[in-house]
This record gives sequence, C-alpha cells and structure tokens, in this order.
Amino acid sequence: MGTLLLDGVSKRYGEATAVARVDLDIRQGELVALLGPSGCGKTTTLRMVAGFIEPTAGRVVIGGRDVTRLPPHSRDTGMVFQSYALFPHMSVADNVGFGLEMRKVGRAERDRRIAEALRLVRLDALSDRLPRQLSGGQQQRVALARALVVSPAVFLLDEPLSNLDAKLRAEVGLEIRDLQKRLGLTTLMVTHDQDEALAMADRLVVMEHGRVLQVGSAEDLYERPANTFVAGFVGRCNLLAGTREGTDVFRLASGAAVPCAPDATARGGMLAIRPERIEVAPDPAGAGRLKALTYLGARTEYHLELAGEAIVAVTPTPLPDDPRRRLAAGDPVRITWVPDAARVIPLDSAESPAR
Amino acid sequence: MSVASLSPAAAPALAGPGLSVRLGRIAFLALVVLAYAIIFAPIVMVVVTSFFDQEIVSFPPDALTLRWYVNAWAQRDFARGFVTSLQIALAATAIGVPLGTAAALALVRARIPGRGLINTFLLAPLAVPAIVAGSALYMFYLRAEDWLDMDIKATFGGLVAANVLITIPWTVRLVTASLAGLDRAAEEAAANLGARPLTVFRRITLPMLRPGIVAAALFSFVASFENLELNLLLVGPGRTTLPVAMLSYLEFRMDPTLAAVATAQIVMVSILMLVTDRFVKLSRIV
Repeated sequence: MGTLLLDGVSKRYGEATAVARVDLDIRQGELVALLGPSGCGKTTTLRMVAGFIEPTAGRVVIGGRDVTRLPPHSRDTGMVFQSYALFPHMSVADNVGFGLEMRKVGRAERDRRIAEALRLVRLDALSDRLPRQLSGGQQQRVALARALVVSPAVFLLDEPLSNLDAKLRAEVGLEIRDLQKRLGLTTLMVTHDQDEALAMADRLVVMEHGRVLQVGSAEDLYERPANTFVAGFVGRCNLLAGTREGTDVFRLASGAAVPCAPDATARGGMLAIRPERIEVAPDPAGAGRLKALTYLGARTEYHLELAGEAIVAVTPTPLPDDPRRRLAAGDPVRITWVPDAARVIPLDSAESPAR
Repeated sequence: MSVASLSPAAAPALAGPGLSVRLGRIAFLALVVLAYAIIFAPIVMVVVTSFFDQEIVSFPPDALTLRWYVNAWAQRDFARGFVTSLQIALAATAIGVPLGTAAALALVRARIPGRGLINTFLLAPLAVPAIVAGSALYMFYLRAEDWLDMDIKATFGGLVAANVLITIPWTVRLVTASLAGLDRAAEEAAANLGARPLTVFRRITLPMLRPGIVAAALFSFVASFENLELNLLLVGPGRTTLPVAMLSYLEFRMDPTLAAVATAQIVMVSILMLVTDRFVKLSRIV
C-alpha cells in the first residue's frame, strides 16, 4: 500500500511531446482517473508509472521511493491491462499465482492467497480453466485478481471496462470501485470514457495534448470547468463566444445580451451552459426558435437557435398536457436559464497546443 | 457443407433452397472433390504401385505383393541412407531452429538497420533453386577444403551445415509470424508482476511461441529429410542421404522398390504430423 507522486513527469519523442510536465499526488486509498481523448498522453503517463516507458524528465515516486529509473519488475505496481494480457498457456490459478511465485512466496502460502484472490473476484470455481475457456468478463476478473494478489503499492487500470459490453460495464465498474475501496488500494486509472471516470474516481485528471487541463472531483469538473475543453469533454455543454459586460451580462458575438454568473473572473471568452440548465417554453414573442426536437423517452432534446447561435437544451420529458409537448420544429420559443448556470470561461486557457 | 442438405429426402423441393442454389452447391462440392483428387492422386498412385507384383508398372496388376518392401529393406544403401538422412535432418533441425528463432526475435524485436534486407537474405534459400545452392556450396566446400586443409564435403558436419540452410528460412518465416501475433502485453504483465527479462522470456515468450517453434521444427525436419538437390553434390561414398540413394537406384532399375521406399517415407511424415498436431494445432499456424 502506498502513495503515488508524479513530479514534473514529461515524455518527448524527438520534437513531439507526448506528456508535458504532469504533476500529480495520489493519496493512500484514492482512485484517480486520467481522462482524455486518445492521444492525450494518459496511457503514456500510466506506462511511465508502471515503468514500461522511461520519462524524459521528472520523477515517479511510489510510497516515498523514487522509482523513476527502476525497471518494471522492481516497482511494485499491479496493472490490469486493457487486453487483460492473461498468460494463455497457464491456468487461472497459475496466472494469479505468477506474481507470488516471482516474489518467492512458498507453495502453501501461495495456494492460500490464490484461493483468497479468486474468491474475492468470485472465480474460485474456475481456477483450473485456461484463459481462452473464460468469457470476457471472467478474464477481466482474473486480470484483477492477478494484480491484486501481490498487494501492490499502486494499482494501475488501463481502460479496464473498454472490452466489456455496455451492460456489463457499469456493473464491473462498480465492482472494481467496491474492491478498491474495501482493500484501500491507491489506484491510477486511465479512461477515455467520461461516465466511467465520473462513476469510479475520487478525483479526475483531464488531459489534452500531453498536458493536464484540470484536476478535481466529478462535481468540480462538471460544475466549474476551468476551460472550454473540459466543459465540452466532461458532459455536454453549450459554448457561446462573446464578452462579459458589467457583472452579469454576456454579449454574444451576434450582439445579443444574455445573463451570466457574476462570480466568473474572465471577461472575454466562452459562455458555458449545460443543456439541462436551459428552460424552453412556447412563446410567440420569444427570441429563440425551435429547429428540431428529439423525443428520447425519459428525456427530450431541443435543438434551438438564439441570436444565430445553435443551442441544445435537454429536459425530462414534460407531462402529456404540458404546453411544451405541443412544440414543433419552427416554433418560436422563450429560452431562459438562471444566471448562475451560465459561467464565463476564459479563452486563453483552452486549446493552446503543448510545447 | 453437410451431405444431408443435398439429399432430396432431407430437403423437400418446396421448402428447400432454389434450384440454382442447389446446382451451385453441387458444382462447389465437385470442385472440392476434384481439387483433393488432383492433390492426392500421385500419392495414392505411389502407394498403390508399391504393392504391384510386376517389375514394369502396368494396370491392372497381375498380383499384389510385399516383395518390394522386402527388397527395399535388403538394399544396404536405402537403410544406410535412411539413417544418414535421419541424423542429418535431426542435427540440422536442432541447430537451425534455435538459430532461426533467435534471428526472428532479433528481426521483429530489435531495431536493426537493414532489417528488411536481412530478412530477405535469411529467406533466400527458399527462393534460390536448391540445385543452384547445392552447386555453389559444392564449389565453396572445395575451396574451403583447400584453405583449411580439412575435409568438408561428404562429411557429416558439411552435410549438416548445408541442411541448416534449409531449416533457417522455414524457422524464420514461421517464428516471425508467431511473434507478430504475440500479445506483448502478456510479457509486460509478467514484468509488472516482478519477472526479470530472462524469466519473462523463459516463462512467457517462449511458451507462447511454442506452436510456431514446433511447426518450424517439423517443417525444417521434413524439408531437410526429403531434400535431394542441395545434398546431391555434397554426399560421398559411404555417406549418402535417402533421396540421393533413391536417385542412384533409379539410374539402373525402374521397379516399384522406390514406390515402397516412398510409401514408407509418406507414412513416417504423416505420423510425425499427426503426433505434432496432437500437441500444437498446425492448422492454426500454417
């Protein structure tokens, strides 16, 4: 058990920067998710922690020990690979026991801990099977048990749910989270799936172009995104260009004035409003227009136009006698939101490429 | 395609597939049968004629006999050639497969300049006609004997060295293919669990390559054992391989003894393949 510290960790390939000065401090028992689109450097960061890639600069410290120059086999991390990477020629029990064998744990003790780990992932009945005789979900659990059984200082998860079908995904995600909490595992996870990250992690690290854009809880990222990339990547978001006037008025590029939250510090930038914060009502004198609407059962999506800007609003589907149920494409509508729901995000912190 | 789907009883005309579909299936089946017939006809001919009684093969046979097998057994050259071929093929496989595996590992894993060129070079023995390679080796051996003042041609070592050339391209080819399909994450997982590089290789990489290496050994052995052209000029009196011994016999006699010898070889190779297939599924690799 331990902590994980990344101190200015960078990786360059010639001129190209894969990871630029990542600082991260993970507490004992915390689950942190690196979240970002493919190619953002999250996997490279994880692999630098595991020791498969050597950083160009910076330090990786596990449980107070600087492991930056140590090979993977002496780092004491337990990694679950995206492809599970089970040893195809070994039984489930031998897969799980491999790490213990490498640590020279005696036969009896080894068998006991293998059985315990397999019980933990509810696979004790399948210990004699070969990996290819298992389903994807079962293979995933073998990979978990194999990494857990050695009680690593740091637990690493590389896209742990991406090879499972949608139904299994939420279930296994919760299971992993439960296990991680119960065992108090210090965990670094990589994912491109925001739902996965929001559901499992204590803290999220949003990355793009090799840089960390924001670190925070799910609520921090969703309610107070630091820049437009985070706003757009974590959940859906309407982003409207313009400038702030006074404290709570935002002037759109087209000239229209709309309300915004007064606490924002930025002047010029983007107005960010989550679709579910926008109210739509039929109004012949309304400034907005309904371009299209999508009925999704529990929710209804409204594709709107306001002063030349496209805006998406999502609401729980209104009751049948609600006037909004009679809205049709082309209708004029009134579009409203509480000022606090619309935050001005500075432009300069977003989308500048990494150096 | 199942036989049942073709029988009219199992597929009533009304409910069954249309006429053109059925005709297509029949045509396809006929093509498959024809292809197998073309592949197996020569082998079947050899096996059948080895039991014909008359010396000059003609159809139908006057009688069936095992005397050609007895004759083959009695020919000292065949027995000796068989043993020599077996020794050479085993030795060449034992040397060539580890070498070829190492070469494949280096070609796939290491960043060697001119990799493509080296790969082509190692596969060249398959592309160069064996008789050309044999002549070249023959001349090279004569020259080398002069320089080193020792016998190379017609020695066991000289023949094994030549046959290693046959085994290397097979091994490089098959092991390279296995390596390409190998999930490197498994090796990383082993390292992550505390295995040092050599342990990873011994416990994970090598076992995962096993099917490819076994197939490489099988093909190397068979290719070396049945090789005629490369060895033709390199053998000498008292040390002749079985294929060369068969060719020599053919110069004077045309009786079915050769068919008997060939049948024995076919049986041996088939058994080898079947046994190998029990351990690794060859159909998955080749």
